[in-house]
Amino acid sequence: MSKKSYRQAINEAMRQEMERDERVILMGEDVAGGTGAAGDQDAWGGPMGVTKGLRPQFGPDRVLDTHLAEISFVGAAAGAALTGLRPIVELMFVDFMGVCFDQILNQTAKFRYMFGGKAVTPLTIRTMYGAGFRAASQHSQCLYPVFTHIPGLKVVLPSNAYEAKGLLIQAIRDDDPVVFFEHKAMYDDEMEVPDEPYAIPFGEANVTREGDDVTIVAFGRMVNFANEAADNLARRGISCTVVDPRTTSPLDTETILETVAETGRLVVVDEAHPRCGMAGDIAGLVAEHAFDSLKAPIKLVTAPHAPVPFSPALEDIYIPGVDKIEAAVAAVLDHDRKVAAE
Amino acid sequence: MASGMQLSRDELGAAYRRMRTIREFEDAVHTEFAAGTIPGFVHLYAGEEASGVGVCMHLDERDAIASTHRGHGHCIAKGVEVGPMMHEIFGRKEGLCGGKGGSMHIADLSKGMLGANGIVGAGAPLVCGAALTAKLLKTGGVAICFYGDGASNQGAVLESYNLAKIWNLPVVFVAEDNGYAEATASAWSVGGTQKGRGEGFGLPSREVDGGDFFAVYEAAGEAIERARSGGGPSLLHVKLNRFYGHFEGDAGTYRLPEEVEAARNADPIELFRQRIVEASLIDASELDAADREIEAEIRACMVAAKAAPMPGEADLMTDIYVAY
Amino acid sequence: MTVESRRPTRIPNWWEPEDDGDKASSPEENHMAEIQPITMPKWGLAMEEGMLARWAVDIGTPIELGQEIMDIETSKIANVFESPVTGVLRRRVVADGDTVPVGALLGVVAAPEVSEEAVDDFVRTFLEGFVPEEAGAASGPSAETVEAGGRRIRRLKAGPDTGKPIVFIHGFGADLSTWMLNQAALAEDRPVHAIDLPGHGGSEKALDDGSPAGLATAVIDYMDAEGIESAHLVGHSLGAAIAATIALDAPSRVDGLTLVAPAGFGPEIAGDFIAGFIAESRARKLRPWLEMLVADPQMVTAEMVEDVLKFKRLDGALAALQAVAAANFDGDAQRHSLRDRLADIAAPVHVVWGAEDRILSVAHAEGLPANVTVTVIPGAGHIVHMEKAADVNALIAGA
Repeated sequence: MSKKSYRQAINEAMRQEMERDERVILMGEDVAGGTGAAGDQDAWGGPMGVTKGLRPQFGPDRVLDTHLAEISFVGAAAGAALTGLRPIVELMFVDFMGVCFDQILNQTAKFRYMFGGKAVTPLTIRTMYGAGFRAASQHSQCLYPVFTHIPGLKVVLPSNAYEAKGLLIQAIRDDDPVVFFEHKAMYDDEMEVPDEPYAIPFGEANVTREGDDVTIVAFGRMVNFANEAADNLARRGISCTVVDPRTTSPLDTETILETVAETGRLVVVDEAHPRCGMAGDIAGLVAEHAFDSLKAPIKLVTAPHAPVPFSPALEDIYIPGVDKIEAAVAAVLDHDRKVAAE
Repeated sequence: MASGMQLSRDELGAAYRRMRTIREFEDAVHTEFAAGTIPGFVHLYAGEEASGVGVCMHLDERDAIASTHRGHGHCIAKGVEVGPMMHEIFGRKEGLCGGKGGSMHIADLSKGMLGANGIVGAGAPLVCGAALTAKLLKTGGVAICFYGDGASNQGAVLESYNLAKIWNLPVVFVAEDNGYAEATASAWSVGGTQKGRGEGFGLPSREVDGGDFFAVYEAAGEAIERARSGGGPSLLHVKLNRFYGHFEGDAGTYRLPEEVEAARNADPIELFRQRIVEASLIDASELDAADREIEAEIRACMVAAKAAPMPGEADLMTDIYVAY
Repeated sequence: MTVESRRPTRIPNWWEPEDDGDKASSPEENHMAEIQPITMPKWGLAMEEGMLARWAVDIGTPIELGQEIMDIETSKIANVFESPVTGVLRRRVVADGDTVPVGALLGVVAAPEVSEEAVDDFVRTFLEGFVPEEAGAASGPSAETVEAGGRRIRRLKAGPDTGKPIVFIHGFGADLSTWMLNQAALAEDRPVHAIDLPGHGGSEKALDDGSPAGLATAVIDYMDAEGIESAHLVGHSLGAAIAATIALDAPSRVDGLTLVAPAGFGPEIAGDFIAGFIAESRARKLRPWLEMLVADPQMVTAEMVEDVLKFKRLDGALAALQAVAAANFDGDAQRHSLRDRLADIAAPVHVVWGAEDRILSVAHAEGLPANVTVTVIPGAGHIVHMEKAADVNALIAGA
């Protein structure tokens, strides 16, 4: 056990799995950085330094710099997974799915079904997502709802360093294709993380706060915001349950429905856009299966239906914040008072 | 041609049987599709047999191929069994893919057949991955990408030339140019030449007469040997003809009748047969016997497939994940 | 203290000074004249802050050392806080529901005659001088891994190097943090070791033999590696069976035994607890099983549950748990009985049991041989050393 950043936890997960299983390889744009150049052959270790040190340890056969052409190397990772390797491929920003989605959507995700259950594709796609980096519209999106929509893929949103290590190890060991979303604003966030390898199973939500009044379901980085809001609200006598589903596919519907049944109120926090996003998805789930336990309308806290803006002034108001979550919880609770007043 | 003639009698017989099996299979599917018993749509390989078989005669179980929407021929050339294939085309439970893939996604990973593909050009990146596996696991295997002249314009294919080159992968890109991307002529839709494109990425590239089994066999042999021995990727531009339309039901009005007739008159299987009979390598009667045998085999598997049960509702939600 | 002793813990000889553990009865003026702070305790290594859930005493109330004066909740545990001092509660500095760092001033105790101004001065001076321990800063001892008998063993060592050592041995599925409320309290004048058994916590997960005898070897290896010739062994549950096994098989290594809810004293165990503890990978499903460990289920916090899961997720942990369970239990039956051999233990043996233990019945404490002293603590379950830490600490200190 020692303090590790989100970045270090992800790096350690890859290192330990590559040590454990030589079929695990890593590829992506500048995952080493410097291939073919005269200088340092591990110059970057990924654009955020997440893969730093893996090239020197495992060599150029297992840590492969690629050309900057995503459809071919993401597809090559899929083909390698289909034929016996366990590749980790880094899609630098999830926004770049636009240039390689066919290999994920129509190839990787479909192999097992189309081939009658005979294909095993242990592919891990690591990708950066999220706003807050002043990176504007093409490097800041939260496109996990798009991937969640597709049967055959598993989608993982680690909310902190502990979660990141255990979920990435599970992703690498998993025999199905997994898209692993790393929030770029969290790489320096530190916490206690075991030194030993461990795997966190998919489809098992983590209840990070337990309360009686409102259930907050939040995804990825938003889990931390929801926790902060819950702690602030606790000082005002409002107790919240916070659910981190960990994976959007598979989704732990059981824990969500159980905790909503206990509190009778739901706020969903999602950094993605509101249309066809996880927030609407969870709201639909609860409306369909737990309608009778609801004491108030569901509130959704999401980013707006707008591209991520560049200007810090705009981006800061774009991202769902702790204050918005607190206001949503207050509004949900206020419903009781309004009904009582009528 | 000379090197192709070095094939043993048994090998020549096997090549003939494979080509003949493809033709018989496709002709049968053509007839049945017209009768309305086959769901969806199918794309037939008849007329292109010398390419798939000429390449795959060099391959063994270490090797992988990726195919196209026109994939039946590549399957048979790589040794996939015709019975389960036919079941699959009819959407039957005992089909090669449990009836979940169909003609356009037919695959047999146990035979190194990584799938027909409904997405034009999608096989090229996958083949790079299969070649990477072979290279890292040191199996000695090579990976072949079959794709059409239409796919040769896809970015995924051009990117794959580059990736295979910079990673020095054991890949052979086999551009099967039947002259038409769907209904549009490749003479119009392809800028430059296939060979020139390959050479632009540093791939040794050759043009091959896809009507001549021996020409394909010889050129593929050279490229595959290069790949196996660590010499990296190559490109073959195989020029050939399809006997039927782009898909079954395609009236094919973009081709002149005499063009189709000329193509059918230059039947690669007939040409192969003539050569080996004239060279007294195999007796014509023996080939006739093989024809009858294959015809009976295809007829039997057609009858069996039509009578076989469909998958049930219980099969709808299986085979999506290994575990979920 | 709510301790019901079936046998006296220890009968003092008339020439001994009266109960040297009871400093509260020393001359009153020495203590009562002083102004004494009550500060947020540090329960366990990871604790950085705690919430004062509820004051149990009003201002102006006289309080005794050991009296339950408030409930404190940390992310790991919710528990009563027993007064470390005697006097009159003069100030409540922190209100119910507030969360403050470890070491922060919660309240002030002073004699009635101390002036209000003096108390205010004390509070002001304390608050001005108080610097919370920096988050994550190393303070006090921390767990480390050592090599013992060819195995990687995680341990936490507290206290000075001199004095009669204590070695704490946790039970099935637990780790050294189970002693978070005990270790520091006993480490004032002697070295106190708490170890993770093989297969548990941060120790190596590979196990050759999960039986008490097999695990006893690992403890003796640790004592050898640390140069501990003999120690007072404090074991809980399976750890108590291990401690007793060491006392029987290597009597020279044991000065005394405190056995908390020991395994091996009766025929049965709550097999469903063992199975549920192993099987459940979700916090909400695991919690009911963990609540079986305590008399008051409120004591189990979400983080306590998550910590168990964090251990179970480590590579090899589940296999180790299964191996230890298989070596020691068969459904509701215990495989190993020490009961017939207890009379052969040469060292003093003190058994402590929670009256409401739902894992190993307190009935196992009945009919033990005469060399075994038994204390049954009411209102406590299986983890009595956490539930009634002050009582258990007093028993260990007095042993």
